[in-house]
Amino acid sequence: MSEPAIEVRDLRKSYGDVEALRGIDLEAPAGTVLGLLGPNGAGKTTAVRILTTLLPPDAGSARVAGFDVVRDASELRAHVGLAGQYAAVDENLTGRENLEMVGRLYHLGRKRSLGRADELLETFGLTDAASRLVRTYSGGMRRRLDLAAALVARPPVIFLDEPTTGLDPRSRLALWQTIAVRVAAGTTVLLTTQYLDEADRLADAIAVIDHGQVIAEGTSDELKDRVGGERLEVTLEDPSQAEVAIAALAPISEDDRPSCAGELLSMPMRRDRGGIAEAVRRLDSAGVGIADIAVRRPTLDDVFIALTGHAAEHEGAEDEDEDEEEQGEEREERAA
Amino acid sequence: MSGLAYAISDTVVLAKRNLLRIPRAPDLLISFTLQPIMFVVLFVYVFGGAIETPGFEDYTDFLMPGIIVQTMSFGGFVTALGLAEDLKKGLIDRFRSLPMARSAVLSGRTLADVATNSVSLTIMIVVGLLVGFTFDASFAEIVAGIGLMLLFGYAFSWIFAFAGITASSAEAAQAIGFMAIFPLTFASSSFVPVDSMPDWLQAFAEVNPFTTMTDAMRALWVDQPAGNDIWLAVVWCVGLIAVFAPLSVARYRRAVSR
Repeated sequence: MSEPAIEVRDLRKSYGDVEALRGIDLEAPAGTVLGLLGPNGAGKTTAVRILTTLLPPDAGSARVAGFDVVRDASELRAHVGLAGQYAAVDENLTGRENLEMVGRLYHLGRKRSLGRADELLETFGLTDAASRLVRTYSGGMRRRLDLAAALVARPPVIFLDEPTTGLDPRSRLALWQTIAVRVAAGTTVLLTTQYLDEADRLADAIAVIDHGQVIAEGTSDELKDRVGGERLEVTLEDPSQAEVAIAALAPISEDDRPSCAGELLSMPMRRDRGGIAEAVRRLDSAGVGIADIAVRRPTLDDVFIALTGHAAEHEGAEDEDEDEEEQGEEREERAA
Repeated sequence: MSGLAYAISDTVVLAKRNLLRIPRAPDLLISFTLQPIMFVVLFVYVFGGAIETPGFEDYTDFLMPGIIVQTMSFGGFVTALGLAEDLKKGLIDRFRSLPMARSAVLSGRTLADVATNSVSLTIMIVVGLLVGFTFDASFAEIVAGIGLMLLFGYAFSWIFAFAGITASSAEAAQAIGFMAIFPLTFASSSFVPVDSMPDWLQAFAEVNPFTTMTDAMRALWVDQPAGNDIWLAVVWCVGLIAVFAPLSVARYRRAVSR
């Protein structure tokens, strides 16, 4: 086996009294996606900053693409791409000028930089906007350009720090597809996210981070199993039918006996048993009236509650997200 | 290519980036084209009649070297604003993650300032000639004066670079620059003869680098006695660059986007 593309051992970093990273270990084989999942302030961005040489670690070691983040910092920079939370592109340059500049700064030379810029503009559907100033771009277009900038030098490893925070669902989906294509082409990706569905969709392996520590690792399915998978929630028309409903649903429940409080019946669903359609069939043939029925997928909060026994701390996180979304909308409007 | 060759090419790439944006953000353009014109016209016509300048043909000859010194010293604010903006937008993070020279973001900024300062300087000389300024100098002395002013502006760009990479916001960077430089320019020989000031202020004005710079320019352009001012002026410029360039680069290495 060749060396992992990302290899982190006992990495530590403090800001004054605050321990941002308390000794994390990570590993990503070449050509895979490692998802770093955690709430704001968990240490995700600190980890990315250390791995891209923006921040020196206090202790521990980290190697990316075979280079040590401290000893080989300058060589390492030539082999990674970074797309951050902000869409770090110059608003007063055109899309093409931005990518050409990044190419020149990777020392690709003028001609190759221009060629690469046009290639990436094409890939990211920005050819029509290539000669427009970036300040006229929508939020989604900026993110795509930012991601394109991270790929200019065809780096073997790319870091995406919350690449879709603040994006509308359509742009998010488009970005996910683009990332998947890069991975299929052999790029290793470290992705941080607050969203389980994003990690689920993209990551081969997920490390859950909380308070600067990795509290769980595994594939998306492994993590979901620890959380308990999907939950079925049925609102009964008539609470007196609870016992009948429980008996009807028991065979597709992870629990021996689904629980029922008033008219709300809730249970973890077993995999591969027909899902919500089977539940409806069973309740129907048992003659149970359904007022409402829904499948609830595990959220990041569920993962946290299951793994740590406490809810994820989101202080300030929601406000920030809203701000970002508003900014995104403003840009969309300006573009239109 | 060697490290030095890369450092130079990185600097040029970024200087080009900074210059490309200028015609696209007209507010900046105004500050280094119309503003100098306004200053020259105001000083010549408002104060010109009131200020005695013995030994000079008229106030315009006295004023032009001084007002050019002041304008050059402020030229670097574009660097401070630009760096503060780049920090805010996360661009500094991107640049720091690229395999480029650690000094290039700053030297690209300060080099771009030399270009914009050249534009300001040209405009000021033309406006000065229009309002009655006359060179009493050889061609070589005129060129030496231009060179000295661009060097002086470059030195101040490094002070602004340090302010921009250190201050918490673009507004703060601008306020710090303004508060520091404005009193220095007025408590000097730039606008009024130093011996018209109270004793304590004269003592300060005598050692103020703006006085040195202005007197050097008067020696070069309107044939005033030079003393050591020209050499001292060059030493000041080189000294400021030698202090603030490494300080700014050290800050940049640890810069954190906001």
